[in-house]
Amino acid sequence: MNIVVPIKQVPDVVEELEINSDGKDLNRDAVKYKMNEWDESALEEALQLKDLHGGTVTVLAVAAGDVDEMLFTCLAKGADHATKVVGDFEEGLDSHTAARALASAMQGQSYDLILTGVQAADDLDGQVGVLLATYLGLPHISVVSGITVDPATHTATVQQEYAGGVMATFEVDLPTLLGVQAARAIPRYAPVSRVRQAMKTAKLNEIEADPAVGAGVTVRRVFKPESGGHAEMIEGDTQEVIDRVIEILRERGIWRA
Amino acid sequence: MAEQDVFVIAEHLEGKLSEVTFEMLGKARAIAPALGGQTIAVLLGHQVAALAEQLGAADQVLLVDDSALEHFIPEQAGQVIKALLQREQPALILVGNTSMGMDLAAALSAALDWSLIAYCGDVQVEDGQILAISQIYGGKIAVEAASKSNHTIVSVLAGAFPAAEGRATKSASIQTLPSGIAVSAGRMRFKGLTVPEAGDVDITRESLLVSVGRGIGSKDNIELVEELASALGAALSASRPIIDSGWLPKLRQVGKSGLTVKPKLYLAVGISGAPEHLQGMKDAELIIAINSDPSAPIFEVAHYGIVGDLFDIVPALSEQVAAVRSE
Repeated sequence: MNIVVPIKQVPDVVEELEINSDGKDLNRDAVKYKMNEWDESALEEALQLKDLHGGTVTVLAVAAGDVDEMLFTCLAKGADHATKVVGDFEEGLDSHTAARALASAMQGQSYDLILTGVQAADDLDGQVGVLLATYLGLPHISVVSGITVDPATHTATVQQEYAGGVMATFEVDLPTLLGVQAARAIPRYAPVSRVRQAMKTAKLNEIEADPAVGAGVTVRRVFKPESGGHAEMIEGDTQEVIDRVIEILRERGIWRA
Repeated sequence: MAEQDVFVIAEHLEGKLSEVTFEMLGKARAIAPALGGQTIAVLLGHQVAALAEQLGAADQVLLVDDSALEHFIPEQAGQVIKALLQREQPALILVGNTSMGMDLAAALSAALDWSLIAYCGDVQVEDGQILAISQIYGGKIAVEAASKSNHTIVSVLAGAFPAAEGRATKSASIQTLPSGIAVSAGRMRFKGLTVPEAGDVDITRESLLVSVGRGIGSKDNIELVEELASALGAALSASRPIIDSGWLPKLRQVGKSGLTVKPKLYLAVGISGAPEHLQGMKDAELIIAINSDPSAPIFEVAHYGIVGDLFDIVPALSEQVAAVRSE
Protein backbone atom coordinates (compact mmCIF):
# COMPACT_ATOMS: atom_id res chain seq x y z
CA MET A 1 0.00 0.00 0.00
CA ASN A 2 1.77 3.13 -1.22
CA ILE A 3 0.15 6.28 0.05
CA VAL A 4 0.88 9.84 -1.04
CA VAL A 5 -0.08 12.71 1.27
CA PRO A 6 0.11 16.15 -0.35
CA ILE A 7 0.48 18.73 2.39
CA LYS A 8 0.69 22.49 2.71
CA GLN A 9 1.35 25.24 5.17
CA VAL A 10 -1.27 27.82 6.00
CA PRO A 11 -1.18 30.98 8.09
CA ASP A 12 -1.88 30.14 11.73
CA VAL A 13 -5.29 31.71 12.29
CA VAL A 14 -4.75 31.80 16.03
CA GLU A 15 -2.30 34.64 15.37
CA GLU A 16 -3.37 38.15 14.46
CA LEU A 17 -3.58 38.37 10.65
CA GLU A 18 -2.41 41.64 9.09
CA ILE A 19 -3.52 42.87 5.70
CA ASN A 20 -0.97 44.11 3.19
CA SER A 21 -0.80 47.81 2.28
CA ASP A 22 -2.27 47.09 -1.19
CA GLY A 23 -5.28 45.47 0.49
CA LYS A 24 -5.08 42.39 -1.73
CA ASP A 25 -3.27 39.85 0.43
CA LEU A 26 -2.15 39.17 3.95
CA ASN A 27 1.08 40.76 5.03
CA ARG A 28 3.07 37.59 4.36
CA ASP A 29 6.11 38.87 6.29
CA ALA A 30 4.04 38.87 9.47
CA VAL A 31 2.42 35.49 8.91
CA LYS A 32 3.30 32.54 11.11
CA TYR A 33 2.88 29.36 9.07
CA LYS A 34 1.84 25.95 10.32
CA MET A 35 0.91 22.70 8.62
CA ASN A 36 -2.74 22.65 7.59
CA GLU A 37 -4.52 20.89 10.45
CA TRP A 38 -6.59 18.66 8.13
CA ASP A 39 -3.37 17.59 6.39
CA GLU A 40 -2.13 16.50 9.82
CA SER A 41 -5.18 14.23 10.02
CA ALA A 42 -4.54 12.90 6.50
CA LEU A 43 -0.93 12.07 7.46
CA GLU A 44 -2.03 10.35 10.67
CA GLU A 45 -4.56 8.23 8.77
CA ALA A 46 -1.89 7.35 6.18
CA LEU A 47 0.57 6.28 8.90
CA GLN A 48 -2.13 4.16 10.56
CA LEU A 49 -2.99 2.47 7.24
CA LYS A 50 0.69 1.78 6.68
CA ASP A 51 0.88 0.12 10.11
CA LEU A 52 -2.02 -2.13 9.10
CA HIS A 53 -1.04 -2.99 5.53
CA GLY A 54 2.66 -2.18 5.15
CA GLY A 55 3.95 -0.08 2.25
CA THR A 56 5.15 3.48 2.24
CA VAL A 57 3.92 6.97 3.03
CA THR A 58 5.25 9.80 0.89
CA VAL A 59 4.55 13.42 1.78
CA LEU A 60 4.60 15.93 -1.02
CA ALA A 61 4.61 19.72 -0.75
CA VAL A 62 4.84 22.53 -3.28
CA ALA A 63 7.80 24.69 -2.25
CA ALA A 64 5.92 27.98 -2.00
CA GLY A 65 7.94 29.46 0.82
CA ASP A 66 10.06 27.35 3.16
CA VAL A 67 8.50 23.90 3.53
CA ASP A 68 11.60 21.97 4.66
CA GLU A 69 10.86 21.95 8.37
CA MET A 70 7.28 20.77 7.76
CA LEU A 71 8.55 17.92 5.56
CA PHE A 72 11.23 16.89 8.09
CA THR A 73 8.56 16.91 10.80
CA CYS A 74 6.50 14.47 8.71
CA LEU A 75 9.56 12.22 8.35
CA ALA A 76 10.06 12.38 12.12
CA LYS A 77 6.45 11.26 12.56
CA GLY A 78 7.03 8.19 10.41
CA ALA A 79 6.65 9.15 6.75
CA ASP A 80 9.08 7.22 4.55
CA HIS A 81 9.77 9.81 1.87
CA ALA A 82 9.36 13.55 1.57
CA THR A 83 9.31 15.35 -1.76
CA LYS A 84 9.49 19.04 -2.54
CA VAL A 85 7.83 20.24 -5.73
CA VAL A 86 10.11 23.08 -6.82
CA GLY A 87 9.57 25.80 -9.39
CA ASP A 88 8.74 29.47 -9.49
CA PHE A 89 6.10 29.36 -6.75
CA GLU A 90 5.20 32.22 -4.44
CA GLU A 91 3.83 32.24 -0.92
CA GLY A 92 0.06 32.27 -0.88
CA LEU A 93 -0.14 30.04 -3.93
CA ASP A 94 -3.73 29.46 -5.12
CA SER A 95 -5.31 26.02 -5.01
CA HIS A 96 -5.51 25.55 -8.78
CA THR A 97 -1.80 26.30 -9.27
CA ALA A 98 -0.87 24.06 -6.32
CA ALA A 99 -3.02 21.21 -7.65
CA ARG A 100 -1.52 21.50 -11.16
CA ALA A 101 2.01 21.48 -9.73
CA LEU A 102 1.24 18.41 -7.59
CA ALA A 103 -0.40 16.66 -10.55
CA SER A 104 2.61 17.29 -12.74
CA ALA A 105 4.94 16.00 -10.00
CA MET A 106 2.84 12.84 -9.57
CA GLN A 107 2.58 12.11 -13.29
CA GLY A 108 4.01 8.66 -13.97
CA GLN A 109 4.42 7.84 -10.27
CA SER A 110 2.84 4.72 -8.83
CA TYR A 111 0.57 4.89 -5.78
CA ASP A 112 -2.53 3.21 -4.38
CA LEU A 113 -4.06 6.01 -2.38
CA ILE A 114 -3.79 9.78 -2.05
CA LEU A 115 -4.93 11.28 1.22
CA THR A 116 -5.31 15.06 1.60
CA GLY A 117 -6.84 17.21 4.27
CA VAL A 118 -10.45 17.86 3.32
CA GLN A 119 -9.81 21.59 3.18
CA ALA A 120 -7.43 24.31 4.32
CA ALA A 121 -7.97 27.71 5.91
CA ASP A 122 -6.80 29.52 2.77
CA ASP A 123 -8.37 27.70 -0.16
CA LEU A 124 -10.24 30.59 -1.68
CA ASP A 125 -10.46 28.90 -5.09
CA GLY A 126 -11.48 25.47 -3.85
CA GLN A 127 -10.00 22.45 -2.14
CA VAL A 128 -6.65 21.27 -3.52
CA GLY A 129 -7.49 17.58 -3.11
CA VAL A 130 -10.50 17.49 -5.42
CA LEU A 131 -8.72 19.65 -8.01
CA LEU A 132 -5.72 17.32 -7.91
CA ALA A 133 -7.88 14.20 -8.26
CA THR A 134 -9.62 15.71 -11.29
CA TYR A 135 -6.32 16.65 -12.97
CA LEU A 136 -5.09 13.09 -12.35
CA GLY A 137 -8.40 11.56 -13.52
CA LEU A 138 -8.99 9.81 -10.18
CA PRO A 139 -12.24 9.29 -8.28
CA HIS A 140 -12.45 11.38 -5.10
CA ILE A 141 -14.52 11.58 -1.96
CA SER A 142 -14.40 14.54 0.44
CA VAL A 143 -15.29 14.84 4.14
CA VAL A 144 -14.18 11.30 4.87
CA SER A 145 -13.76 10.02 8.41
CA GLY A 146 -13.47 6.24 8.28
CA ILE A 147 -11.20 4.47 5.80
CA THR A 148 -10.84 0.71 5.41
CA VAL A 149 -8.62 -0.66 2.67
CA ASP A 150 -8.95 -4.13 1.16
CA PRO A 151 -5.66 -4.92 -0.61
CA ALA A 152 -7.15 -8.12 -2.11
CA THR A 153 -9.83 -6.34 -4.12
CA HIS A 154 -7.80 -3.10 -4.36
CA THR A 155 -10.71 -1.07 -3.03
CA ALA A 156 -11.34 1.25 -0.11
CA THR A 157 -14.53 1.51 1.90
CA VAL A 158 -15.03 4.99 3.31
CA GLN A 159 -17.56 7.00 5.21
CA GLN A 160 -18.57 10.45 4.06
CA GLU A 161 -20.08 12.70 6.70
CA TYR A 162 -23.22 14.72 6.15
CA ALA A 163 -24.90 17.08 8.61
CA GLY A 164 -26.31 15.75 11.87
CA GLY A 165 -23.97 12.77 12.08
CA VAL A 166 -25.52 11.04 9.05
CA MET A 167 -22.89 9.08 7.10
CA ALA A 168 -22.84 7.55 3.65
CA THR A 169 -20.65 4.52 2.99
CA PHE A 170 -18.97 4.19 -0.39
CA GLU A 171 -16.74 1.57 -1.90
CA VAL A 172 -14.21 3.01 -4.32
CA ASP A 173 -11.62 1.44 -6.59
CA LEU A 174 -7.98 2.27 -5.92
CA PRO A 175 -6.19 4.45 -6.73
CA THR A 176 -8.42 7.15 -5.35
CA LEU A 177 -8.07 10.48 -3.55
CA LEU A 178 -9.81 10.93 -0.21
CA GLY A 179 -10.31 14.25 1.58
CA VAL A 180 -9.82 13.43 5.25
CA GLN A 181 -11.99 15.23 7.80
CA ALA A 182 -10.79 13.25 10.83
CA ALA A 183 -8.29 10.43 11.29
CA ARG A 184 -8.93 7.39 13.47
CA ALA A 185 -6.58 8.86 16.08
CA ILE A 186 -5.48 12.33 17.15
CA PRO A 187 -2.54 13.32 14.90
CA ARG A 188 0.73 12.27 16.51
CA TYR A 189 3.31 14.69 17.77
CA ALA A 190 6.97 14.60 16.80
CA PRO A 191 9.38 15.71 19.53
CA VAL A 192 11.79 18.46 18.48
CA SER A 193 14.75 16.12 19.01
CA ARG A 194 13.39 13.69 16.41
CA VAL A 195 12.70 16.50 13.94
CA ARG A 196 16.29 17.75 14.42
CA GLN A 197 17.58 14.24 13.86
CA ALA A 198 15.54 13.91 10.66
CA MET A 199 17.04 17.22 9.51
CA LYS A 200 20.52 15.81 10.02
CA THR A 201 20.04 12.33 8.59
CA ALA A 202 17.13 12.36 6.12
CA LYS A 203 17.06 13.78 2.60
CA LEU A 204 14.26 15.61 0.85
CA ASN A 205 13.60 14.63 -2.77
CA GLU A 206 12.95 17.34 -5.32
CA ILE A 207 10.78 17.33 -8.42
CA GLU A 208 10.60 20.30 -10.81
CA ALA A 209 7.21 21.55 -11.95
CA ASP A 210 6.16 24.51 -14.07
CA PRO A 211 3.62 26.82 -12.51
CA ALA A 212 0.69 26.29 -14.90
CA VAL A 213 -1.97 28.95 -14.81
CA GLY A 214 -5.62 27.94 -14.81
CA ALA A 215 -8.88 29.82 -14.54
CA GLY A 216 -8.14 31.24 -11.14
CA VAL A 217 -9.77 34.17 -9.46
CA THR A 218 -8.78 37.82 -9.17
CA VAL A 219 -8.58 39.07 -5.62
CA ARG A 220 -10.04 42.58 -5.55
CA ARG A 221 -9.94 43.23 -1.84
CA VAL A 222 -8.95 41.47 1.38
CA PHE A 223 -10.51 42.78 4.55
CA LYS A 224 -11.53 41.88 8.07
CA PRO A 225 -15.26 41.14 8.17
CA GLU A 226 -17.38 44.11 9.22
CA SER A 227 -18.20 43.76 12.87
CA GLY A 228 -21.79 44.78 12.17
CA GLY A 229 -23.32 42.63 14.86
CA HIS A 230 -20.33 42.50 17.15
CA ALA A 231 -20.84 41.31 20.71
CA GLU A 232 -21.14 43.79 23.54
CA MET A 233 -17.93 43.08 25.40
CA ILE A 234 -18.14 42.60 29.15
CA GLU A 235 -15.12 44.21 30.76
CA GLY A 236 -13.71 44.06 34.26
CA ASP A 237 -12.14 41.60 36.64
CA THR A 238 -13.46 38.05 37.00
CA GLN A 239 -15.98 39.00 39.69
CA GLU A 240 -17.34 41.96 37.72
CA VAL A 241 -17.67 39.82 34.59
CA ILE A 242 -19.52 37.09 36.46
CA ASP A 243 -21.89 39.55 38.14
CA ARG A 244 -22.77 40.99 34.76
CA VAL A 245 -23.36 37.52 33.25
CA ILE A 246 -25.67 36.59 36.13
CA GLU A 247 -27.54 39.87 35.66
CA ILE A 248 -27.99 39.16 31.92
CA LEU A 249 -29.22 35.62 32.59
CA ARG A 250 -31.71 36.99 35.09
CA GLU A 251 -32.93 39.74 32.75
CA ARG A 252 -33.51 37.17 30.04
CA GLY A 253 -35.35 34.81 32.38
CA ILE A 254 -32.91 32.02 31.55
CA TRP A 255 -33.25 30.01 34.76
CA ARG A 256 -35.10 26.80 34.29
CA ALA A 257 -37.90 26.35 36.83
CA MET B 1 -31.98 28.68 -21.42
CA ALA B 2 -29.11 30.94 -22.27
CA GLU B 3 -25.50 31.65 -21.40
CA GLN B 4 -26.57 34.37 -18.95
CA ASP B 5 -28.38 31.91 -16.69
CA VAL B 6 -27.74 31.11 -13.06
CA PHE B 7 -27.77 27.39 -12.30
CA VAL B 8 -28.43 26.12 -8.78
CA ILE B 9 -27.39 22.56 -8.00
CA ALA B 10 -30.13 21.21 -5.72
CA GLU B 11 -29.08 18.99 -2.84
CA HIS B 12 -31.21 16.39 -1.12
CA LEU B 13 -30.86 13.52 1.31
CA GLU B 14 -33.41 10.95 2.41
CA GLY B 15 -36.28 12.50 0.47
CA LYS B 16 -35.70 16.03 1.69
CA LEU B 17 -34.18 19.05 -0.06
CA SER B 18 -31.55 20.73 2.07
CA GLU B 19 -32.03 24.31 3.25
CA VAL B 20 -29.00 25.50 1.30
CA THR B 21 -30.86 24.66 -1.92
CA PHE B 22 -33.60 27.18 -1.10
CA GLU B 23 -31.04 29.70 0.15
CA MET B 24 -29.18 29.49 -3.18
CA LEU B 25 -32.41 29.68 -5.21
CA GLY B 26 -33.38 32.88 -3.42
CA LYS B 27 -29.98 34.42 -4.15
CA ALA B 28 -30.05 33.21 -7.77
CA ARG B 29 -33.45 34.86 -8.31
CA ALA B 30 -32.10 38.12 -6.90
CA ILE B 31 -29.04 38.30 -9.15
CA ALA B 32 -30.13 36.54 -12.37
CA PRO B 33 -31.80 39.71 -13.77
CA ALA B 34 -28.50 41.63 -13.45
CA LEU B 35 -26.90 38.98 -15.67
CA GLY B 36 -29.87 39.06 -18.04
CA GLY B 37 -30.61 35.40 -17.43
CA GLN B 38 -32.95 33.03 -15.68
CA THR B 39 -32.71 30.88 -12.58
CA ILE B 40 -32.40 27.19 -13.42
CA ALA B 41 -32.48 24.48 -10.75
CA VAL B 42 -30.67 21.21 -11.46
CA LEU B 43 -32.00 18.17 -9.61
CA LEU B 44 -30.46 14.70 -9.85
CA GLY B 45 -32.11 11.61 -8.42
CA HIS B 46 -34.51 8.78 -9.00
CA GLN B 47 -38.26 9.22 -8.65
CA VAL B 48 -37.84 12.65 -7.12
CA ALA B 49 -40.67 14.46 -8.96
CA ALA B 50 -42.08 15.51 -5.57
CA LEU B 51 -38.81 17.32 -4.80
CA ALA B 52 -38.75 18.95 -8.25
CA GLU B 53 -42.21 20.38 -7.49
CA GLN B 54 -40.76 22.26 -4.51
CA LEU B 55 -38.28 24.11 -6.73
CA GLY B 56 -40.83 26.48 -8.25
CA ALA B 57 -38.73 29.49 -7.26
CA ALA B 58 -36.59 28.63 -10.29
CA ASP B 59 -37.77 29.65 -13.74
CA GLN B 60 -37.09 26.11 -14.82
CA VAL B 61 -36.12 22.82 -13.15
CA LEU B 62 -33.85 20.43 -15.04
CA LEU B 63 -34.59 17.00 -13.60
CA VAL B 64 -32.20 14.18 -14.35
CA ASP B 65 -33.92 10.95 -13.33
CA ASP B 66 -31.96 7.72 -13.42
CA SER B 67 -31.91 4.67 -11.17
CA ALA B 68 -28.11 5.08 -11.02
CA LEU B 69 -28.71 8.45 -9.32
CA GLU B 70 -30.94 7.09 -6.57
CA HIS B 71 -28.21 7.84 -4.04
CA PHE B 72 -25.73 10.68 -4.25
CA ILE B 73 -22.40 9.30 -5.50
CA PRO B 74 -19.73 11.99 -6.04
CA GLU B 75 -18.35 10.45 -9.25
CA GLN B 76 -21.67 9.82 -10.99
CA ALA B 77 -23.21 13.14 -9.94
CA GLY B 78 -20.10 14.97 -11.10
CA GLN B 79 -20.21 13.35 -14.55
CA VAL B 80 -23.87 14.15 -15.11
CA ILE B 81 -23.57 17.77 -14.01
CA LYS B 82 -20.40 18.29 -16.02
CA ALA B 83 -22.12 17.09 -19.22
CA LEU B 84 -25.10 19.33 -18.48
CA LEU B 85 -22.95 22.42 -17.85
CA GLN B 86 -20.85 21.77 -20.95
CA ARG B 87 -24.02 21.81 -23.03
CA GLU B 88 -25.77 24.74 -21.36
CA GLN B 89 -22.75 26.98 -20.63
CA PRO B 90 -24.40 29.04 -17.85
CA ALA B 91 -22.73 32.20 -16.54
CA LEU B 92 -22.96 31.28 -12.87
CA ILE B 93 -23.33 27.98 -11.03
CA LEU B 94 -24.20 27.94 -7.33
CA VAL B 95 -23.23 24.82 -5.37
CA GLY B 96 -23.50 24.32 -1.61
CA ASN B 97 -20.19 24.37 0.28
CA THR B 98 -21.33 21.11 1.86
CA SER B 99 -20.12 17.52 2.00
CA MET B 100 -21.87 16.85 -1.31
CA GLY B 101 -21.02 20.17 -2.91
CA MET B 102 -17.31 20.01 -2.10
CA ASP B 103 -16.74 17.08 -4.44
CA LEU B 104 -18.76 18.75 -7.18
CA ALA B 105 -17.55 22.35 -7.17
CA ALA B 106 -13.79 21.81 -7.39
CA ALA B 107 -14.12 18.86 -9.78
CA LEU B 108 -16.27 20.90 -12.17
CA SER B 109 -13.84 23.80 -11.97
CA ALA B 110 -10.86 21.58 -12.80
CA ALA B 111 -12.65 19.61 -15.51
CA LEU B 112 -14.21 22.59 -17.29
CA ASP B 113 -11.44 25.12 -16.49
CA TRP B 114 -14.04 27.49 -15.09
CA SER B 115 -13.20 29.75 -12.12
CA LEU B 116 -14.26 28.62 -8.67
CA ILE B 117 -14.76 30.92 -5.72
CA ALA B 118 -15.27 28.88 -2.54
CA TYR B 119 -16.63 29.56 0.97
CA CYS B 120 -18.89 32.36 -0.26
CA GLY B 121 -21.09 34.33 2.07
CA ASP B 122 -22.33 36.66 -0.66
CA VAL B 123 -22.49 36.90 -4.46
CA GLN B 124 -23.13 40.06 -6.44
CA VAL B 125 -23.12 41.22 -10.03
CA GLU B 126 -21.35 44.50 -10.77
CA ASP B 127 -21.30 45.78 -14.36
CA GLY B 128 -22.03 42.28 -15.60
CA GLN B 129 -19.12 40.84 -13.61
CA ILE B 130 -19.63 38.25 -10.89
CA LEU B 131 -18.14 39.13 -7.52
CA ALA B 132 -18.15 36.90 -4.51
CA ILE B 133 -17.25 37.53 -0.90
CA SER B 134 -15.46 34.55 0.60
CA GLN B 135 -14.84 33.86 4.22
CA ILE B 136 -11.47 32.22 4.68
CA TYR B 137 -8.87 31.76 7.45
CA GLY B 138 -11.53 30.34 9.75
CA GLY B 139 -13.83 33.31 9.10
CA LYS B 140 -11.22 35.86 10.22
CA ILE B 141 -10.65 37.30 6.76
CA ALA B 142 -13.05 38.18 3.96
CA VAL B 143 -11.99 38.31 0.32
CA GLU B 144 -13.81 40.02 -2.51
CA ALA B 145 -12.92 37.94 -5.56
CA ALA B 146 -13.79 38.18 -9.25
CA SER B 147 -13.90 35.38 -11.77
CA LYS B 148 -11.29 35.06 -14.51
CA SER B 149 -13.49 33.00 -16.85
CA ASN B 150 -16.85 33.56 -18.58
CA HIS B 151 -18.36 30.87 -16.39
CA THR B 152 -18.07 30.97 -12.63
CA ILE B 153 -18.72 28.30 -10.05
CA VAL B 154 -19.45 29.62 -6.58
CA SER B 155 -19.64 27.35 -3.55
CA VAL B 156 -21.96 28.92 -1.03
CA LEU B 157 -21.79 28.61 2.76
CA ALA B 158 -24.98 27.15 4.19
CA GLY B 159 -27.02 29.75 6.06
CA ALA B 160 -25.63 32.69 4.07
CA PHE B 161 -28.97 33.73 2.57
CA PRO B 162 -32.59 33.53 3.77
CA ALA B 163 -34.23 30.30 2.60
CA ALA B 164 -37.66 31.97 2.48
CA GLU B 165 -36.72 33.82 -0.74
CA GLY B 166 -36.13 30.51 -2.48
CA ARG B 167 -39.28 28.70 -1.47
CA ALA B 168 -41.78 28.05 -4.22
CA THR B 169 -44.61 30.50 -4.71
CA LYS B 170 -45.71 28.89 -7.98
CA SER B 171 -45.68 25.42 -9.47
CA ALA B 172 -42.41 24.36 -11.01
CA SER B 173 -41.73 24.17 -14.73
CA ILE B 174 -39.95 20.84 -14.99
CA GLN B 175 -37.95 19.43 -17.89
CA THR B 176 -36.88 15.81 -17.48
CA LEU B 177 -33.60 14.73 -19.04
CA PRO B 178 -31.94 11.34 -19.42
CA SER B 179 -28.70 11.06 -17.47
CA GLY B 180 -26.71 9.43 -20.24
CA ILE B 181 -24.24 7.96 -17.74
CA ALA B 182 -22.78 4.51 -18.18
CA VAL B 183 -23.34 2.99 -14.76
CA SER B 184 -20.94 0.09 -15.18
CA ALA B 185 -18.08 2.53 -15.79
CA GLY B 186 -18.36 3.87 -12.25
CA ARG B 187 -15.40 3.38 -9.92
CA MET B 188 -17.49 4.27 -6.86
CA ARG B 189 -20.41 2.36 -5.33
CA PHE B 190 -22.95 3.47 -2.73
CA LYS B 191 -23.12 1.02 0.17
CA GLY B 192 -25.57 2.57 2.59
CA LEU B 193 -26.51 5.43 4.84
CA THR B 194 -26.07 5.43 8.62
CA VAL B 195 -28.16 7.61 10.86
CA PRO B 196 -26.77 7.95 14.41
CA GLU B 197 -28.76 6.36 17.18
CA ALA B 198 -30.44 8.85 19.44
CA GLY B 199 -28.22 9.61 22.42
CA ASP B 200 -29.17 10.40 26.00
CA VAL B 201 -29.51 14.10 25.19
CA ASP B 202 -30.98 15.73 22.09
CA ILE B 203 -29.16 19.08 21.95
CA THR B 204 -31.55 20.37 19.27
CA ARG B 205 -34.38 20.26 21.86
CA GLU B 206 -32.50 21.73 24.81
CA SER B 207 -33.29 25.33 25.65
CA LEU B 208 -29.98 25.98 27.42
CA LEU B 209 -26.65 24.87 26.03
CA VAL B 210 -23.13 25.26 27.35
CA SER B 211 -20.84 24.51 24.44
CA VAL B 212 -17.16 23.73 24.69
CA GLY B 213 -14.39 24.13 22.12
CA ARG B 214 -10.71 23.58 21.56
CA GLY B 215 -9.78 26.21 24.18
CA ILE B 216 -10.54 23.71 26.91
CA GLY B 217 -7.22 22.04 26.12
CA SER B 218 -7.69 18.53 27.44
CA LYS B 219 -10.30 15.89 28.13
CA ASP B 220 -9.91 16.24 31.89
CA ASN B 221 -10.86 19.89 31.72
CA ILE B 222 -14.27 19.07 30.18
CA GLU B 223 -15.38 18.52 33.76
CA LEU B 224 -15.17 22.29 34.34
CA VAL B 225 -17.79 23.04 31.67
CA GLU B 226 -19.88 20.06 32.76
CA GLU B 227 -20.09 21.67 36.20
CA LEU B 228 -21.16 24.97 34.67
CA ALA B 229 -23.80 23.23 32.54
CA SER B 230 -25.08 21.38 35.56
CA ALA B 231 -25.21 24.57 37.65
CA LEU B 232 -27.22 26.28 34.91
CA GLY B 233 -29.46 23.28 34.23
CA ALA B 234 -28.09 23.27 30.69
CA ALA B 235 -26.98 20.48 28.38
CA LEU B 236 -23.41 20.20 27.18
CA SER B 237 -22.59 20.53 23.48
CA ALA B 238 -19.31 21.05 21.64
CA SER B 239 -17.52 22.17 18.52
CA ARG B 240 -15.92 19.78 16.05
CA PRO B 241 -12.40 19.41 17.55
CA ILE B 242 -13.84 18.10 20.83
CA ILE B 243 -15.80 15.41 18.98
CA ASP B 244 -12.86 14.49 16.72
CA SER B 245 -10.72 14.05 19.83
CA GLY B 246 -13.31 11.63 21.17
CA TRP B 247 -13.97 13.72 24.28
CA LEU B 248 -17.73 13.94 23.73
CA PRO B 249 -20.11 11.87 21.57
CA LYS B 250 -20.93 12.83 17.95
CA LEU B 251 -24.49 13.82 18.77
CA ARG B 252 -23.20 16.65 20.97
CA GLN B 253 -21.60 18.38 17.97
CA VAL B 254 -22.92 21.77 16.86
CA GLY B 255 -22.13 22.98 13.33
CA LYS B 256 -22.01 22.11 9.67
CA SER B 257 -21.27 18.43 10.06
CA GLY B 258 -23.11 18.28 13.37
CA LEU B 259 -26.45 19.64 14.47
CA THR B 260 -28.11 23.01 14.13
CA VAL B 261 -29.37 24.42 17.43
CA LYS B 262 -31.53 27.42 18.36
CA PRO B 263 -31.57 27.42 22.19
CA LYS B 264 -32.62 30.28 24.47
CA LEU B 265 -29.02 30.41 25.72
CA TYR B 266 -25.84 29.33 23.97
CA LEU B 267 -22.83 29.83 26.21
CA ALA B 268 -19.71 29.22 24.11
CA VAL B 269 -16.58 28.38 26.09
CA GLY B 270 -13.24 28.33 24.27
CA ILE B 271 -14.88 28.21 20.82
CA SER B 272 -13.22 30.48 18.25
CA GLY B 273 -16.17 30.32 15.86
CA ALA B 274 -15.10 28.95 12.48
CA PRO B 275 -17.83 29.46 9.82
CA GLU B 276 -18.68 25.73 10.05
CA HIS B 277 -19.52 26.16 13.73
CA LEU B 278 -21.35 29.50 13.44
CA GLN B 279 -23.61 27.92 10.84
CA GLY B 280 -25.00 25.62 13.51
CA MET B 281 -25.70 28.12 16.31
CA LYS B 282 -25.92 31.69 15.06
CA ASP B 283 -29.70 31.81 15.45
CA ALA B 284 -29.64 31.08 19.19
CA GLU B 285 -31.69 33.66 21.12
CA LEU B 286 -28.87 34.66 23.46
CA ILE B 287 -25.22 33.93 22.74
CA ILE B 288 -22.53 34.59 25.35
CA ALA B 289 -18.96 33.75 24.38
CA ILE B 290 -15.85 33.36 26.51
CA ASN B 291 -12.58 33.30 24.58
CA SER B 292 -8.99 34.35 25.17
CA ASP B 293 -8.63 35.79 21.63
CA PRO B 294 -10.31 39.20 21.24
CA SER B 295 -10.43 38.75 17.45
CA ALA B 296 -12.18 35.34 17.59
CA PRO B 297 -15.02 35.28 15.02
CA ILE B 298 -17.41 33.94 17.69
CA PHE B 299 -17.65 37.55 18.94
CA GLU B 300 -19.18 38.55 15.58
CA VAL B 301 -22.31 36.53 16.29
CA ALA B 302 -22.34 36.60 20.10
CA HIS B 303 -24.57 39.10 21.90
CA TYR B 304 -22.15 39.33 24.80
CA GLY B 305 -18.46 38.61 24.79
CA ILE B 306 -15.86 38.04 27.46
CA VAL B 307 -12.17 38.09 26.66
CA GLY B 308 -10.37 36.18 29.33
CA ASP B 309 -9.05 32.95 30.71
CA LEU B 310 -11.82 30.37 30.80
CA PHE B 311 -9.98 28.53 33.60
CA ASP B 312 -10.56 31.58 35.85
CA ILE B 313 -14.04 32.48 34.67
CA VAL B 314 -15.79 29.12 34.28
CA PRO B 315 -15.23 27.68 37.79
CA ALA B 316 -16.09 31.02 39.43
CA LEU B 317 -19.21 31.35 37.27
CA SER B 318 -20.32 27.79 38.11
CA GLU B 319 -19.99 28.52 41.80
CA GLN B 320 -21.91 31.77 41.64
CA VAL B 321 -24.68 30.35 39.43
CA ALA B 322 -25.11 27.45 41.82
CA ALA B 323 -25.28 29.87 44.75
CA VAL B 324 -27.82 32.14 43.04
CA ARG B 325 -30.02 29.23 41.98
CA SER B 326 -30.13 27.77 45.48
CA GLU B 327 -31.31 31.06 46.97
